[in-house]
Amino acid sequence: MAEYPEELHFTKDHEWIRVEGEVGTVGITGFASEQLGDVVHVQLPRVGEKFAAHDTFGEVESVKTFSELYTPVSGEIIEVNEQLADAPELVNTSPYGDGWMAKMKLSDASEIDKLLTSKEYEDFVESQKEE
Amino acid sequence: MSSTQLKKTALNETHRKYGGRMIDFGGWDMPVQYPAGTIEEHLAVRTAVGVFDVSHMGELEVRGPQALDMIQHVTTNDASKLGDGQIQYSGLTYPEGTFVDDILVHRFGPDHYFICVNASNTDKDFDWIRQHAGDYNAEVTNLSAHYSQIAIQGPKAIETLQPLVDLELNEIKYYWFRQGKIDGVPAIISRTGYTGEDGFEIYFTPSESDRIWDKIFESGKRHKILPCGLAARNTLRLEAKMTLYGNDIDNTTTVLEADLGWICKLAKGDFIGRDRLLEQKEKGLTRKLVGFEVTDKGIARDHNPIYIGGAEVGMVTSGSPAPFLKKNIGLAYLPIEHTAIGTKFEIDVRGRRLNAEVVPTPFYKRSK
Repeated sequence: MAEYPEELHFTKDHEWIRVEGEVGTVGITGFASEQLGDVVHVQLPRVGEKFAAHDTFGEVESVKTFSELYTPVSGEIIEVNEQLADAPELVNTSPYGDGWMAKMKLSDASEIDKLLTSKEYEDFVESQKEE
Repeated sequence: MSSTQLKKTALNETHRKYGGRMIDFGGWDMPVQYPAGTIEEHLAVRTAVGVFDVSHMGELEVRGPQALDMIQHVTTNDASKLGDGQIQYSGLTYPEGTFVDDILVHRFGPDHYFICVNASNTDKDFDWIRQHAGDYNAEVTNLSAHYSQIAIQGPKAIETLQPLVDLELNEIKYYWFRQGKIDGVPAIISRTGYTGEDGFEIYFTPSESDRIWDKIFESGKRHKILPCGLAARNTLRLEAKMTLYGNDIDNTTTVLEADLGWICKLAKGDFIGRDRLLEQKEKGLTRKLVGFEVTDKGIARDHNPIYIGGAEVGMVTSGSPAPFLKKNIGLAYLPIEHTAIGTKFEIDVRGRRLNAEVVPTPFYKRSK
């Protein structure tokens, strides 16, 4: 079953961000990883790259399909999850933990307020399922 | 389309119970994968046993004194070579030598044949055969609603199925079938599959589907049997280089271009498409379906364009990671001068050019 950790912020593109001070850790949601199926490759940005909110910052490929990764907010990449190169399946087994993708230095903390809460995202997912 | 409008197999509820993730597959509500995931499902079939609901496939019956003549007229392979209880892969073709569908022809007797067709082509195939059946004393019936079909595939398929059936599975050779009973239910039991492994496809009355599915899982438990979805079905058939109608073959590709010359028996006598195929054979092909491996890091997908020397020369018809081979492979039509093993080319994957190379097929062949 999909999880929706309460401390995270979410987007309708199925990304999550965990904010700790000026740094946000970004990944894709459990729902997204279920929809993709077995992840076999994650293309991540370089440290130092700068993105606006909702930019494409990478790509995730499963056996069946692929999906672009979108930044939830604007900022600079300060770290990427190198582990995913050898263990892309972490995106499936631990989407909110070891399957994280990138850490960003936030350029505007107020952007976080525009994101979905855990409850709002869960409702969004449920509404998608009903279609 | 809401799920209520989709066609459902008799196993629909069972798939949900087993955790299947359901998708709209050509108008059918089918499981694309189960909780184990596509890679585990694929590996289960390669190393042990996996089970697929393929009840969406169509079944047509041809009966009558001239059943064989009718089948010979509409198909490319030579059905006169079949013995009672034997099965043949064949092409149903247009006058252009291109595919209406690819099919399995089962011979029950000299005046009774049973054809398994692709789900989305069932009505089209039925209409096509009927339309060309005029002169023959034989009748075509669409029995699709009367059959569930389950595929049990993998090296442990025989051990899984044997305790449930009333005949010796060892005595059924590859591409032969028998009529028997599975857990008391009359069934057609054929040693066929779409995975490149040993295995069986069983046809029986839909009302018994849930019970038989559960029995198969009980029996296969000691082999760590897994239910397998459409995604694994696709990766398994691709590793075995089995063509997929709608991707690798369709009404624009001839049997010879698809590299299926072995089901194209031009010497058997006249059939729909023969003239064109004979002409193509004599003049030589201009393009052919080949298998390739991506040599760069990256995955080629269906419809990615192919380039040689700056010019677009073809398109990927099936492209995917190969979970058992741990490579990224695919099929593509290439101009005949570029089809030799070892030929290098580029694939445009969403703006990125990946190097690839023509390789021998099948990509995967089981050890006997």
